[in-house]
Amino acid sequence: MAAGELNGVSLAGSPSRRRRETAIRWALQVAAAVSIVVSILIVYSLFESALRFLLSLEEISALWASEGWQPRSLHFDLRTIFVASIIISGVSVLVSTPLGVGAAVYLSEYANPRARRIVKPILEVLAGVPSVVLGFFALTFITPNVVKVIFPSANGFNMLSAGIAVGVLTSPLMASITEDSLRAVPHSLREASFGLGARKLATTIKVVVPAAISGIVAAFILTISRAIGETMVVTIAAGGSGSSPFQASPLEPSLTMTSAIANLALGSDAPVVGDPFASLYFVGLLLFLVTLGLNILGDRLVRKYRRAY
Amino acid sequence: MAAVDVPLGTALQRRGQSNLGERVFEIATLASLVIALGFLILLIVQILQGALPLLGDRGIGFVTDKLSPRVARTGLNQAIIGSLQIALITVVVAFPLGIATAIFLEEYASDTWFTRIVDVNIRNLAGVPSIVFGLLGFAIFVRLLEPVTGGSTALAGGLTLALLALPIVVITSAEAIRAVPLSLREGGFGLGGTRWQITRKLVLPNALPGILTGTILALARAIGETAPLLVIGAATFLTIDASLLGGLTDRFTALPVIVFHWSKQPSREFVDAAAPAAILVLMLFTLTLNAVAIWLRNRYEKRKA
Repeated sequence: MAAGELNGVSLAGSPSRRRRETAIRWALQVAAAVSIVVSILIVYSLFESALRFLLSLEEISALWASEGWQPRSLHFDLRTIFVASIIISGVSVLVSTPLGVGAAVYLSEYANPRARRIVKPILEVLAGVPSVVLGFFALTFITPNVVKVIFPSANGFNMLSAGIAVGVLTSPLMASITEDSLRAVPHSLREASFGLGARKLATTIKVVVPAAISGIVAAFILTISRAIGETMVVTIAAGGSGSSPFQASPLEPSLTMTSAIANLALGSDAPVVGDPFASLYFVGLLLFLVTLGLNILGDRLVRKYRRAY
Repeated sequence: MAAVDVPLGTALQRRGQSNLGERVFEIATLASLVIALGFLILLIVQILQGALPLLGDRGIGFVTDKLSPRVARTGLNQAIIGSLQIALITVVVAFPLGIATAIFLEEYASDTWFTRIVDVNIRNLAGVPSIVFGLLGFAIFVRLLEPVTGGSTALAGGLTLALLALPIVVITSAEAIRAVPLSLREGGFGLGGTRWQITRKLVLPNALPGILTGTILALARAIGETAPLLVIGAATFLTIDASLLGGLTDRFTALPVIVFHWSKQPSREFVDAAAPAAILVLMLFTLTLNAVAIWLRNRYEKRKA
């Protein structure tokens, strides 16, 4: 075809072809909007019921001045579930930080490609174990064979055991984000350090880890967020029923924000007056806000190291 | 300069002195890896020990029989069907929605406020604790949409877990689509293809292995989730028959819910034998899906390299 023949020919394509393109674009945009609707529904349903719960309280001091989390007697002591959540996620990061960061350093700095190809998928399998299974493991293995051996006085349900299991469950997450950030450190930094006479240990600790620190901190924060949101391990291993007195010892059972919701939903110890589910949404709202805050912070740090290199 | 006079071999000596520290550090990092994996092995051994005697006794009956309050007669029939129903709904709802969102974000969207909100929103949704999705599901699917779902039914549970899986599908699919080289698209446009033709005929076929990996992982996650189902009100015991498609608006239960329920039984028999056996069946599902996903990705990465 001679170039001249193009004169006057529209390059826009046939109208039906254009209509189809527009329709597809719209359909895709609607699909993308669904996720926004989901978020709006989450926030709306949490706030609506949480507000209803707060208004139904005769005395707002029931949220802190009572002697524990006892929904049936309308004692909603937030300290109880906050402290339990902090203890369990605290124990869990004591486990997941050395395991996750150690594994990440090995995979990124020491392991040869063959070893990495074998080990990484196994770590991913560990990350894919359902949390209800880890809960069972905590109750029937960690509690009798680890916790009770070291602390014979520990209760059969205790926060320490749940915390250890949550730590194991979340260590692949820690390892994966940490390894990403370690591998993002440019090789030129390591080579410069080797060139100055430093060896692996000094290079890793004084050059690579500091260069990757924002990613490691992000891993830490996102792991804590995951630990706070973990439900099944805690519900199975750390406490049996829907109410608990205030408990600050990791060797005793207690209720976290998540297990308080799960137990209330199961109907144990639900308040007899009013809407038992309203209080559950109030706790859900607190949980949502805490984890959202941590996730935004962690995400920001992850993007910081991605931008840096 | 004095440093020039250092005899050869000095550096080697220093190296000999602190080799211990180097070795200890390497072994310590290796140890943390081994400990993490050791937990996985311990867990599998523990579960096999409890499960195998019971499975040997009961054989296939443990999978095909219906739930019973007696260990000697109980089976996982309704729980397996419930988990399959959840998987089915997740596939039907979350996969198309998630992949469409990913295509929109990667291929169609320009940098508008809408795109930015969708993007930030997806990343935040992925971090929302699963039990919060349960609260959402209860408010929307169980209460608000009761005329459609029929209350605490398999449909309500499946839709809830589909929403939970959605952000995972979007994030992993978007990554796979992003990895398709730009030159491929440019070639397509050069031939006069429309955006959709290029997406469908060039981008998606190339991103398919990555998309499959992500969606399979999301499916494994949905099958293993327990907490949202407890909030939704999944049954811990059922006497009715379950049927895959006919029973979508009936009361339901699922494998992880049964694992949870049996783990909390006062009877040792349930905790020591029935619960591990149910875990074994559950993990057969989730681990198989995980293994397939990882295998797919490794195969794909090798081909790219």
